[in-house]
Amino acid sequence: MTNFIVDGRVLTAKAGENLLQACLGAGLDLPYFCWHPALGSVGACRQCAVRQYDGVEDTTGRLVMACMTPIAEGARFSITDPATAAFRAGIIEWLMVNHPHDCPVCEEGGECHLQDMTVMTGHAYRRYRFTKRTHRNQDLGPFIKHEMNRCIACYRCVRFYRDYAGGRDLDVFGAHDHVYFGRHDDGTLESEFSGNLVEVCPTGVFTDKPFSAHYARKWDMRGAPSICAHCGVGCNTIANERAGQLRRVVNRYSNAVNGHFLCDRGRFGYGFVNASERVRVATVRGTDGERVEVEREAAVARFAEMLRGAAMVVGIGSPRASLESNFALRTLVGAAHFYPGVAAREAALLRLVADSLASGAVHVASLREAEHADAVLLLGSDLPNAAPRAALAVRQTVRAAGAAMAASARIPAWHDLAVRNFAGETRSPLFIATPAATRLDDIAQGQLRAAPVDIARLGFAVAARIDPTAPAVADLAPELDALAATIAQALLAAERPLVVSGVEAGEESVIRAAVNVAVALRGQGRNVGLMLNVPECNSLGLALMAEADDRSLETALAARAALVITLETDIGRCVPGARLDAALAGARLVVLDHSEGATTRRAELVLPAASFAEASGTLVNAEGRAQRFYPPIVTAGEGREAWRWLAAAGRAAGRTNFSGWDTEDNVLAEIARTVPRFAAVPDVAPPEGFRIKGLRIASEPHRFSGRTAMDAAHDIREPKPPVSADSPFSATMEGYQGKPPPALLPLLRAPGWNSNQSLHRFQAEIEGPLTGGDPGVRLLEVRDGAAPDWHTAIPEAFAPREDMWHAVMLPRVFGDEEQSARAAPIRARMTPAAIALNAADAARLGAAAGRVIACEIDGEIVLLPLEIRAELPRGVAGVSGLAAMAYALPSWIRIAAASEVAL
Amino acid sequence: MTDRPLTRYIQPGHEPLDIDGYERAGGYRAMRQAIAMGPEAIIEAVGRAKLRGRGGAGFPTGRKWEGVPKSGAAPQRRYLIVNADEMEPGSFKDRLLLEAAPHLMIEGVIIGAFAAQAEIAYIFVRGEYVLAIRRLVRAVAEAAAHGYLGNDILGSGFSLTIHVHGSGGRYICGEASALFSALEGHRAVPRSRPPRSTTSGLWGRPSLVNNVETLCCVPSIVERGADWFLGLSRSATEGGTKLYGVSGRVKRPGLWELPVGTPLIEILEEHAGGMREGYEWRAAMPGGASTAFIMPENFDVAMDFDSVGKAGSWLGTGNIMVLDQKRCPVGMLHNIEQFFARESCGWCTPCRDGLPWVERILAAIEAGEGEPADLDLLAHHTELLGPGGTFCDLAPGAMAPLRSGLKFFRAEFEQHISERCCPWHDTAEGWA
Repeated sequence: MTNFIVDGRVLTAKAGENLLQACLGAGLDLPYFCWHPALGSVGACRQCAVRQYDGVEDTTGRLVMACMTPIAEGARFSITDPATAAFRAGIIEWLMVNHPHDCPVCEEGGECHLQDMTVMTGHAYRRYRFTKRTHRNQDLGPFIKHEMNRCIACYRCVRFYRDYAGGRDLDVFGAHDHVYFGRHDDGTLESEFSGNLVEVCPTGVFTDKPFSAHYARKWDMRGAPSICAHCGVGCNTIANERAGQLRRVVNRYSNAVNGHFLCDRGRFGYGFVNASERVRVATVRGTDGERVEVEREAAVARFAEMLRGAAMVVGIGSPRASLESNFALRTLVGAAHFYPGVAAREAALLRLVADSLASGAVHVASLREAEHADAVLLLGSDLPNAAPRAALAVRQTVRAAGAAMAASARIPAWHDLAVRNFAGETRSPLFIATPAATRLDDIAQGQLRAAPVDIARLGFAVAARIDPTAPAVADLAPELDALAATIAQALLAAERPLVVSGVEAGEESVIRAAVNVAVALRGQGRNVGLMLNVPECNSLGLALMAEADDRSLETALAARAALVITLETDIGRCVPGARLDAALAGARLVVLDHSEGATTRRAELVLPAASFAEASGTLVNAEGRAQRFYPPIVTAGEGREAWRWLAAAGRAAGRTNFSGWDTEDNVLAEIARTVPRFAAVPDVAPPEGFRIKGLRIASEPHRFSGRTAMDAAHDIREPKPPVSADSPFSATMEGYQGKPPPALLPLLRAPGWNSNQSLHRFQAEIEGPLTGGDPGVRLLEVRDGAAPDWHTAIPEAFAPREDMWHAVMLPRVFGDEEQSARAAPIRARMTPAAIALNAADAARLGAAAGRVIACEIDGEIVLLPLEIRAELPRGVAGVSGLAAMAYALPSWIRIAAASEVAL
Repeated sequence: MTDRPLTRYIQPGHEPLDIDGYERAGGYRAMRQAIAMGPEAIIEAVGRAKLRGRGGAGFPTGRKWEGVPKSGAAPQRRYLIVNADEMEPGSFKDRLLLEAAPHLMIEGVIIGAFAAQAEIAYIFVRGEYVLAIRRLVRAVAEAAAHGYLGNDILGSGFSLTIHVHGSGGRYICGEASALFSALEGHRAVPRSRPPRSTTSGLWGRPSLVNNVETLCCVPSIVERGADWFLGLSRSATEGGTKLYGVSGRVKRPGLWELPVGTPLIEILEEHAGGMREGYEWRAAMPGGASTAFIMPENFDVAMDFDSVGKAGSWLGTGNIMVLDQKRCPVGMLHNIEQFFARESCGWCTPCRDGLPWVERILAAIEAGEGEPADLDLLAHHTELLGPGGTFCDLAPGAMAPLRSGLKFFRAEFEQHISERCCPWHDTAEGWA
């Protein structure tokens, strides 16, 4: 700790902090633009000017930029010095020279960092009397609106997009007061992190286009701390509601998980909540086959009747439903009849992942820990498509070596451009072994393009190089052996190596190899982290809940139950229709879900389950971190938590094990009692009865407007606001408006700081955890002692075949995930399904790019256009965008160029 | 050797000496001597010679060279960069050296690179200096063919490659750190110090950046010694001779190599021949467009960094611009600020958005559309666009002439505003 003085006050700074960080951390108001806690300092905007005095004699001092100023013990500064304050006001005056002052029609208004800083400096009166410069705006695609006239040239957009996220198609053009931040030409921003520009931009240059279509001011929306439902990373979000509609999703800082950034799938994938294909009411299929709306009580009675009448009931749980709802189904049907709504192949991979992470053999890395790794092996996983936010963390790892070099030259870590200049091309090692190219390849030190089994063999060989007691790989090709040696050496040389793989690798052997590498590194005393990605927001929770056997969707259907209950899983999406019909023939089907799909169309009884936006619940992310989400929508439709439907039906059917299932807290307590692994889930967030000063936490800002008028067109009486039985939130602005515990943060705002830049008011230290600790509880921790238990099943080397291709799934960031694929802006970014081969293989097939290829996958014929991907290994076909057949991949398939008339 | 170390190889009206001619005239002797001396002795001599950076900043060259980490410590690539991006309005001294004495430049580079143990040198030349680039490229090829460049020069074990790089053309590229950005293929945006370029310069490696004229002084220091070099000067604080130039309505605009510290009045009267018939001087900028006006009562100032600094201005490039009574000072300042506003790189707020405002105010005043409050606004900008306020020295440099102009030509500014026109507007010789 370093003591320093600001305007006579003695403050303390953490070692290595710059003056701006330390001042903000101390709660002082010091305006800034170009600094960003994740992007560091560059000294461009000159807004955070303060006066520094040299020694006690110095009374004049000199102007310095706080963001560029290291703090020496006893250093003396002034923020309030009049000349310095005038300088800061002058900066705003300059920024306002060309700023359009269109705040009333600007979507940033009310949460604009530029507005806040303008007020903070006191600049109010315009002296510039000449013409403002104007720019032409660009069409940047379905996610982002562009309004360059508002730009104050802080350079944060390009620093995030290019330097931090590795994007290439956004840049700064021109010079002097004509700098232009955009693309070379109009067109969709390519990076899957483009949505962060909305939050990185301090004003309204980049705004949220889908939000724009149903815009509301920040202060006019209810907020709820939520968890992203669109992959297994579990990013913390705030979901905003007004008038019963989910309006937007924004980042909610979590030091351990997503930090400041989300991916575009998570930010723009919420459209299914507002979509017309929502299941809003309970329906029963009549004798004529038509679905008829029924009252809630009738629906529960029907459900109970079906339960009582069935000889055997099978429950199919969901990797995207909460622990509470999955547990309710398990309780209803009995653990023996509870199956995961996951195809056999994925279920086996998930079980392997869950067992590996839960074994305690190796530390499960959080995203933040992953970000600080100094050597990475990425085995088999196309992480940028499967879990983009995790890939963004991996992207940061390669900076470790350069940062260490810079530190040795006494260049502080926050001095971003100096660190980058000094580091140059120096990168920490990142090795990527995947069948196809990834969007991390640009920073990789070594790459292998190979079939999954060969990737596994490489991994096993790396493990054996690290620890000779690990099983060795027989007949390894010399070039693979050399690569394995290089990788092993790099991982051993690292202080914080990281091994990454995931279910998307498609082969158990790949994950086993990754585990062996991590275990080997731990055995050598390395501070190793393991990151195994899972596809859905609660895939790991479901896998940890299931009994350790070979259950899957297929075994569930094979059980031939009289009654099948599916929970928030569209099994028709992962089983071909004819096969599903055959499996369900003679069975009655109850579906609990929030959206129509192939399964609701077959159901006898459909019950509207609340989506993440209308219910609270607990999810377990790939890190094994249980996190709670809360509903921003508290009034829409008849939908309610699936577990409430299940408990009600159970009670109505005379089951005694649902007594006390009237609050989520009780359900969580029951989970904790029943499943030892989940003993800590009640601690994930404060209970319903939590109060501050006797008050619930307000979920609406105190400036929320129109509350009494919103429904006046229908009813002039203001409805009584609902009171949640499950959360300590009030549904209105009544309640505690101060700083809540971190798990209950509905809104980021502090006096003088209306934008998301108010974050530092919620942190104990800049870039540290939220005050009170990061929300969520890690369920899986490493255990000491156990001798390494090596995976020994090493696959044979890949051998291309003449008559068949080894088809692997190539993930797509947009479209593969079921729920987000219903959102219009995501649909606009989806690419059509395709099959990819390398050029030689395509030539062997006699087909050119774009030609329709007939693929026989698991007995089904699928027609797909051909793409040429030069990097694919010989004999390997990459299939993308074919969710319905994902269950059958990877596998050997037959393909042929379809006849010209095929499509 | 004459007392003109910089121009001794230059014969006006003739092609520059080729390598044989240069060697016959005594060239590349210093290089051999330097290699025999070793880096430390060279740096010591340059320091003792009180050579100060001729790009305009006046930083002691010896001290800069001492800042390069010793090669033994952590062997890594280092660079020598010649800043030949001469774009300061009114300055044309480096151009003469590059075009007329390319081998002197190269000899200076070899000695400087040897002193810094830099194996790669870049000569970053203003893009418009086409002739200079052509002659440098030819001279580099000749030197390489003679074994003065390449591997193991003259058996010394020292190797050097020189790249001649024509600038894409922005004033800011002459700022040393922006020059690195430009060379690396990035936007020409300056970098903040620390770290100094001797720690982290081009591509993050230790780099030494020197002006053309600075390096051209070095061979003679090596050859004749620091004391001789000091003796050339009329200044106590600085050694050598310097290329002084004069532009404006003098009788003989031009460029002369004179002892450092030659008084301004002497340069104007004896060398530039005084003002043309019908013209009187009103003020002079001693070293380019980013130096403050010096008024005639101070024309006796010795032209060295310390003396001109004491007179309220800065020696800069030592290329003097003379303002006469038939030229509108507001118009001249507008012209200058238009240049700086256009050449701002757009990185930091004060420069990017402040300079264009200044330019527009000056344009308005000059067009008779000025307002009384404009003078306060201009003064406000000269205060805020000062050192520390901006990211680099471009804007503080741009404010130096304006600040002094507001002081010395206040009446003219007020006259523009009160008469709602430029008092020089109907003189054909007014600054258009």
